[in-house]
Amino acid sequence: MSAATKRAASRWTDESMTRRVRRRYLSERLFRGAGLLAISLSVAFLAFLLWNMGSKGLGGFSQYQAALPIDFTKSDLFLDPATIKGPDARTTVAGADLSTAIANAAERAYGPGASLMFSDAAADRLTDAIVANPNMLTGSSTIWLPVASKIDVAAKSDDGDPAAEKLVAELQQRHALKRTFNTRFLTGSDATDPSAVGVWGALKGTFYTILVTLLLAFPIGVLASVYLEEFASRNRWTDLIEVSINNLAAVPSIIFGLLGLAVFLDIMDLPRSAPLVGGLTLALMTFPVIVIAGRNAIKTVPPSIRDAALGVGASKMQVTFHHVLPLALPGILTGTIIGVARALGETAPLLMIGMRAFVAAPPNGISDPATVLPVQIFLWSDEVDRGFIEKTSAAIIVLLLFMLLMNGLAIYLRNRFERRW
Amino acid sequence: MSLGLALLAILIVALAAGWLGFARAVRLRSASRLHSLPSYHGAYAALWAAIPALLLIAAWAPMQSRLVDRAVLASPEGKALPADAMQRESILSEASDIASGKIQQGFNPQSSSVAPRIQSENTRFGLLGGVAGILLALGAGYWAMRRSTPDFRARTGVERWVMVMLFSASLIAILTTLGILLSLMFESLRFFRMYPAQDFFFGLQWSPQMAIRADQAGSSGAFGSIPLLWGTFFIGAIIAMIVAVPLGLMSAIYLTQYAHARVRAWLKPILEILAGVPTVVYGYFAALTVAPIVRDFGLSIGITSASSESALAAGSVMGIMIIPFVSSMADDSIAAVPQAMRDGSLAMGATKSETIRKVLLPAALPGVMGGILLAISRAIGETMIVVMAAGLAANLTLNPFQSVTTVTTQIVGLLTGEQEFDSPKTLAAFALGLALFGITLLLNLIALHIVRRFQEQYE
Repeated sequence: MSAATKRAASRWTDESMTRRVRRRYLSERLFRGAGLLAISLSVAFLAFLLWNMGSKGLGGFSQYQAALPIDFTKSDLFLDPATIKGPDARTTVAGADLSTAIANAAERAYGPGASLMFSDAAADRLTDAIVANPNMLTGSSTIWLPVASKIDVAAKSDDGDPAAEKLVAELQQRHALKRTFNTRFLTGSDATDPSAVGVWGALKGTFYTILVTLLLAFPIGVLASVYLEEFASRNRWTDLIEVSINNLAAVPSIIFGLLGLAVFLDIMDLPRSAPLVGGLTLALMTFPVIVIAGRNAIKTVPPSIRDAALGVGASKMQVTFHHVLPLALPGILTGTIIGVARALGETAPLLMIGMRAFVAAPPNGISDPATVLPVQIFLWSDEVDRGFIEKTSAAIIVLLLFMLLMNGLAIYLRNRFERRW
Repeated sequence: MSLGLALLAILIVALAAGWLGFARAVRLRSASRLHSLPSYHGAYAALWAAIPALLLIAAWAPMQSRLVDRAVLASPEGKALPADAMQRESILSEASDIASGKIQQGFNPQSSSVAPRIQSENTRFGLLGGVAGILLALGAGYWAMRRSTPDFRARTGVERWVMVMLFSASLIAILTTLGILLSLMFESLRFFRMYPAQDFFFGLQWSPQMAIRADQAGSSGAFGSIPLLWGTFFIGAIIAMIVAVPLGLMSAIYLTQYAHARVRAWLKPILEILAGVPTVVYGYFAALTVAPIVRDFGLSIGITSASSESALAAGSVMGIMIIPFVSSMADDSIAAVPQAMRDGSLAMGATKSETIRKVLLPAALPGVMGGILLAISRAIGETMIVVMAAGLAANLTLNPFQSVTTVTTQIVGLLTGEQEFDSPKTLAAFALGLALFGITLLLNLIALHIVRRFQEQYE
């Protein structure tokens, strides 16, 4: 083959060349399309996940209530309206067997199959009603009470338990069923009955745990990043610190749980299931993240600031704490919020230190047994009762809202206060 | 006196010392010129009053509970307790709950008789520690305050304290690493004393259920970790990466090379939300929504062994979780390739995709590989998705529709529920933790090394 034929082939108007160009443009479009497909698939996954949780969980925020005509004179409550007053009123009423009274009244009103139609929370609601108006005990009245989980599921969907569906149909026919906002879900704690559970206990546990984490991880993280960035001389010792911080940020979270179990529970004998131990464990996990963010923030402060302060006679310590640190603070705070948000969604290390116990009362301090929201979600997801599905998804909605709030705050801080030099 | 009260008293002493030091320095300033500002004189006294005393209390607090225990056992009430260690422990813990007012009445009547003794011993030792702390605060604060003279270098003294605090804060990183290593190794050694190490590392059988009685037939517990490591690798390094690498890489390429700046500003944070979703949410999603779909799909294509806890369900959801991670690593590596290389390729007439495939990606490959290794390390350390969506059956299988189990799943399984600290079951979890720590550490070090070498290449 001679050189002349090769030169002839490089004429762009040639058919073979236009075909080649077309092919190249086609592969360009395909490649671009693949990129677009990848990103849209990722976004679609996210949308599907959020929609899935949202559609399943929204039902958890509402609850069906049924009307219960109850004739107190026929019930065996033995409560005297005159004794129900003052600070002990609640204890007096709660001492009576309200659950049996409710079951009997339900049976009388809706037939023998209806004795278990009301939630565990119904007795509490009735107590409130009686305390508010003791005189109702002398006659009969109709009260709206939350229904049991089975009835609730049957009312919300069409494929519930057949007996429950029948009862729901009857209740609807008698206009004795209404949908209300489930306040107990926001104010209550864990329970065995899905219609009586709430996230308040878990939220309080989360609050105490994160408080401990923040109080420990933030100061330690800031001080360590200041030391590494401003004071440490380059030597083997500093290298060791650096390597271990970078490595700690990538250690699987469950390993921190093992550390917490072996050190805080077994050696130091701190209380199990307590926010104190959870917070300590999460703090060890969070502070490397804060150190890395802090160092990056301190690095961006230009040297001229330091030189100017040193020039007017400030000591090295004064330069750092009066000038560099305040300028780096927005960046450090952003990193801290992101680290804490991660700790907030963490489950595995807390399972290791026993925060999976059933806790029916909200904790009142950092050493009370408690659970946190992600662990509560995990516990509910393990339950067999169908009523827990929507409660789990509803708790996930609450958790995601918190994450969104914190990440939004971090983005706001970054855009509002971070300086470009 | 409780230690909390002592802490409060020490803080008050420190504040008082600080104020007195400040006032003294102000008085001195009226006579002659000071080296340091009065506030530094105050801070010097306050730091000296607070820090040694707080350290003393911190050291005393764990010691106090041991001393109380010993004193209670030596008392007549303590001697009356049963000799059996487990019974005694349970009575003592009940009694201390009664003493601290957590419960009214113990399950065991003896606990009520011990409770007052615990309370009085607690008070005695608390008083001892508290008073010692307060005295130390007073003494050190007084000494530091007396040092203030016009040419006393209070600022240097304060800065030395601050320096000590800075240094000890950074030491915590090393202490944590050491703590992880030591606790994992110590418990693993105890495990290997009960169970041979070569059987653990090379055994093909994993069935940790121990017989409750020695004469019971069947399981004596087999702790061969190979099926677990395979399951971990299968889910985290194969299935998850098959999902995450193409999607993450192509997303990064589209976002950095093709997308309009305004589109990118929207899409990048949305992608980051995927990384911010808590893993327990992914786990619930995988178990409740993805797993049944995968199982039905498996059954419909004729795989009868399709399990509802399949490796595919857990692995693919984990892959979705990792997408933003891969994408941001690829983003960084591609951005690190010099503009001149891209310009050169485009100037030769290559199309955009040809430039990306033949110039940018080969040049960025080491960085991308490092990023993928980091992503694998993260995937195999991930716990909640596999705990909720993968099974507990340790199968050595290549079939993604079957159930496999992972290291993290087993750690959770072994350590939750009632446990004694020295049964092989519990200790096996620490040996698994050690293996997991070792593998992720190795992956991270290799990945960081590759990434660093790659970055140096273009600097």
